[in-house]
Amino acid sequence: MAAHAVRVTGLTRAFQERTVLDDLDLTIAPGEFVALLGRSGSGKSTLLKAIAGLDHDVTGSGELEVPQEVAVAFQDSRLLPWLRVLDNVELGVRPGRGRAALEEVGLKGRERAWPAELSGGEQQRVALARCLVREPRLLLADEPFGALDALTRIKMHDLLRELCAKHRPAVLLVTHDVDEAIELADRVVVLQESRIGLDLPARDADRTHLLSALGIGVAA
Amino acid sequence: MTQVLERPKAVTATTSPTRRRRLGLGRPIPYGRLLGPALIIAVWSVASATGALDPRILSAPWTIVHTGIELTESGKLPESILTSLQRAALGFFFGATAGTLLAIASGLSRVGEALIDGTVQVKRAIPSLGLIPLLILWLGIGEEFKIVVIAVTIATIMYLQTYSALTSIDSRYVELAEAVGLKRSQYVRKVVFPGALPGFFLGLRLAVTASWLSLVVLEQINATSGIGYLMFQAQNYGQTDVIVVGLVVYGLFGFFSDALLRIIERRALAWRRTLSG
Repeated sequence: MAAHAVRVTGLTRAFQERTVLDDLDLTIAPGEFVALLGRSGSGKSTLLKAIAGLDHDVTGSGELEVPQEVAVAFQDSRLLPWLRVLDNVELGVRPGRGRAALEEVGLKGRERAWPAELSGGEQQRVALARCLVREPRLLLADEPFGALDALTRIKMHDLLRELCAKHRPAVLLVTHDVDEAIELADRVVVLQESRIGLDLPARDADRTHLLSALGIGVAA
Repeated sequence: MTQVLERPKAVTATTSPTRRRRLGLGRPIPYGRLLGPALIIAVWSVASATGALDPRILSAPWTIVHTGIELTESGKLPESILTSLQRAALGFFFGATAGTLLAIASGLSRVGEALIDGTVQVKRAIPSLGLIPLLILWLGIGEEFKIVVIAVTIATIMYLQTYSALTSIDSRYVELAEAVGLKRSQYVRKVVFPGALPGFFLGLRLAVTASWLSLVVLEQINATSGIGYLMFQAQNYGQTDVIVVGLVVYGLFGFFSDALLRIIERRALAWRRTLSG
């Protein structure tokens, strides 16, 4: 196995005249959980989309080494409303593993439901199951819990931690929630001025320090 | 620090809150929508019975029912209905097929779009009924002519609705399809077509209305059969009862075709039922 799951070298991305990412480097080890923090507009999603290969019509350069098996979780669950839950999970893969994945996220028995019949938290679970069936070596998650209420979010944190412990994908979690980053990740990186400005193990990460790196002064 | 809030010692004066005046409309009256038409028929009956309404202006309701039965028994009405239905159905079938196929060709490929879309947009500016003189010169005044006029009307409507539905798929779903690595054919089958289905059904329902409209116009130009012809003849003889029977038939056509489409739509778009309740 390679020594890294993802390697980004000298990544530059610009929209019109505005440079969003400037000569950015980032390496993620296999099975490592990295949280990516940054102010809104700092280019978190741009970086994630570049790694996912979803950025069309952008100007930029740089090198990306990304595994074949990538799964993406979006902020909205992004289920196709006209496909039943099981068909959503198995979208783009050979049918068969969907039921097991749904059971893993605690939605056994809901295979035939329409997405609109599920709660927001359940929809996001289906989206996680859709990632799981791909057996990803890299999971890219763009604020997947941003639209959930606080209680549901706590449950989803536990579920994600459990699933990651079991399947050991490398994870890049984009978030603006400092506490979420510290709680879930092995390593926290902060996007500042179009580059990785701060990169430290989560156990050494300090809330106040991270917040000030995000430009939020915390009154003493 | 926790602080226990002290309870008020006693609840003084239990003033009930003033009930606000309701500003929205109250509950709907059961079967309320039938009330208006029933009232009109009642007034109409009274006016006919008392002789206030001249039967040359409008026949009495019972005369119309009687005429309807008579025309049915003589076979004249069923025959006319069949002729009219056949025209509308054939025109609708050919038009809807052509319009949908053109929309798919244009909505799924840039080359198709370049060739087809501009042409149809030009056609859109010309009312289909305006083509009648030209089509009579080409096709005469037979059945082909009538079916073609209806088909052209339907095709235009179906094209516009379906094309716009196919090309306005939510970009978030397109991104998802890319993220899960769908092939182009899977993307079309699982994302584009089902996503465009509501627009397609909207087109069908608009088209069915338009087909009845075209039918009415066509059956009054040089027709020798059909409901419109029956009404046109009745006009010559001042038979208001026959004219009203024809109107009722047209009304029933419109009502039942729309109801049928609604049923099909509900089944095809079952995933939506949960949204609209």
